[in-house]
Amino acid sequence: MGTENYGATQATGLWGWINARFPLDKMLKEHVTEYYAPKNFNFWYLFGVLSLVVLVIQLVTGIFLTMNYKPSAAEAFASVEYIMRDVEWGWLIRYLHSTGASAFFIVVYLHMFRALMYGSYRSPRELLWIFGMLIYLCLMAEAFMGYLLPWGNMSYWGAQVIVSLFGTIPVIGDSLAEWIKGDYFISDITLNRFFALHVIAIPLILVFLVVAHILALHEVGSSNPDGVEIKKTKGPDGHPVDGIRFHPYMTVKDTFGLGMFLIVFCGIVFFAPTFGGLFLEGPNFDQANAMQTPPHIAPVWYFTPFYAMLRAVPSFLGTQVWGVIVMFGAIALLVFLPWLDRSPVNSIRYKGMISKVALALFAVSFVVLAYCGMTPPSPTLLVLSRTFTAVYFAFFLLMPWYSRIDKTKPVPERVTYHAH
Amino acid sequence: MLIKKLASALAAVTLLALPLAVLANEGSYPHAENDSRNTASLQRGARNFMNYCSGCHSAKFVRYNRVATDLHIPESELQKNLMFTSDKPFDTIKSAMLADDAKKWFGTVPPDMSLMARSRGTDYIYAYLRSFYRDPSRPTGANNTVLPGTAMPHVLADLQGVQRAVYKATEGEAGKGEFEKFELVDKGSLTPAQYDEFVRDTVNFLQYIGEPIENTRKDLGIWVLLFLLMFTSFAYMLYKEYWKDVH
Repeated sequence: MGTENYGATQATGLWGWINARFPLDKMLKEHVTEYYAPKNFNFWYLFGVLSLVVLVIQLVTGIFLTMNYKPSAAEAFASVEYIMRDVEWGWLIRYLHSTGASAFFIVVYLHMFRALMYGSYRSPRELLWIFGMLIYLCLMAEAFMGYLLPWGNMSYWGAQVIVSLFGTIPVIGDSLAEWIKGDYFISDITLNRFFALHVIAIPLILVFLVVAHILALHEVGSSNPDGVEIKKTKGPDGHPVDGIRFHPYMTVKDTFGLGMFLIVFCGIVFFAPTFGGLFLEGPNFDQANAMQTPPHIAPVWYFTPFYAMLRAVPSFLGTQVWGVIVMFGAIALLVFLPWLDRSPVNSIRYKGMISKVALALFAVSFVVLAYCGMTPPSPTLLVLSRTFTAVYFAFFLLMPWYSRIDKTKPVPERVTYHAH
Repeated sequence: MLIKKLASALAAVTLLALPLAVLANEGSYPHAENDSRNTASLQRGARNFMNYCSGCHSAKFVRYNRVATDLHIPESELQKNLMFTSDKPFDTIKSAMLADDAKKWFGTVPPDMSLMARSRGTDYIYAYLRSFYRDPSRPTGANNTVLPGTAMPHVLADLQGVQRAVYKATEGEAGKGEFEKFELVDKGSLTPAQYDEFVRDTVNFLQYIGEPIENTRKDLGIWVLLFLLMFTSFAYMLYKEYWKDVH
């Protein structure tokens, strides 16, 4: 960030002593007090900081859960009930963690949708976007492995279904599924390794990626609802005219947003922690039982759009791998978004009707697929799933074409902002 | 501007809330209408459970003295009227029946009841306990419309009496039609209304042992939300104060 000039650092006292040895003051200025964010941020720009808050909630509650949880097939289920009943405040820690898992996906999905709307993935933010996608991938792995740990019956059968997906890969599939499980079936060994990955390996990568994500963001600067670069218009002090210092302006705004989020979050934790069976599923209050499948196996809601795609694709040439390819393809396509979008403008505000309709259809397809994935299969749902899987893919695959021919509106030089 | 903001917030909420529509079609049993705040009902439920259920069903995550404390039952009362095994008050509720014996007698081990209300729902249990009927073809002489072929005998027959299942007549066919209603064949010691109350109290107790903290959780939640509302109001004012200088 060579072009930015920060204020002088105090050279005396403890503060001076530290800063002569560690760039604390410089880091604070670069990332907090003198990081300039666009002043026209709207509601949608809250979800980045909220993801960070939920990450912290998960890390802290996770540590306390680990103190009382036993990662063994014989004891895991009982240890969770021990946490719920006998550990002081254990129920609260557990509900914060289980609700946090769903909240993480809610804020991350809204965060990603924000990027889709305002073209936050466009140049020069491609790498920032890719870091984000890797975070999303880690998050899915983290959630999937964490879901096995309570050793409930849905944990068990959900893991069984997902791991068996790898078994559909030709030639290496069976050995791969066996390698993941470390056994011929989901067992104590699987639980142990998922625990290790859930509490150490993946969180470590996750935190590293989050740091990279934020560093990349602060290097290129935040995007905004108008999709114009605030760095293009700088004042005499060298700072963007439409930028505003992150602290105190964004921190005070985000504190308000955090309050709003916590009201919803705590409302769920204290009044509906199972969220009608969506966040904590009924069959998961039965211990894992290899002899008894739950009446209807479905992954937790945040995976169901992809699960619906998996079920929508028929098997042919004697293998079911096509559904798995479609499912992972749906996630992989997101990574290529910066190169699929050929529109001359970034933000949906200045894009034409085709792009607006495409984005709306994409959002609808995601929600409909989520619904299809959590409902027992039926012929109507199959038609719905197939239609909206096609819509989902069309959004990405046709984008190079429709984003180019779509009529756009002129983009203003500066951001649009109405003072309070 | 405000309307636009509200519209986009509304759009976000709607997008997320739509999949919740799936909840609407969960289970179709009549509502048990039990009240987890009704301590007297919970105490009766505890009595019912310990007298009629715990002989076969354990509640292995539930401690006797926790029940006593939560339901305001004196410990002397607990040991005299609710503890029939040689357990200590700190122990969890185990069934008196050995698993091997259970398999020999019923073909299966009766499920633990600690979390039954959470995994199946209170409405399910309420319906189940009211849906036993006479079926001489079953080894126990009883069957159940909620869980056909259940291994559980109708242990509450003394109270409820014995029901007969009545089916809708299907034209020209000898087989059974659709289930229509129950008819009381032998009266029990309780009237149907009293029996429903008995089951409701028991289900209420099962809901309590499923999540002993439930009421505390909700009581605390009100304070947490009140605090957050206050905190957020101040945060909003601070935000407006800072941002009025931004042009």
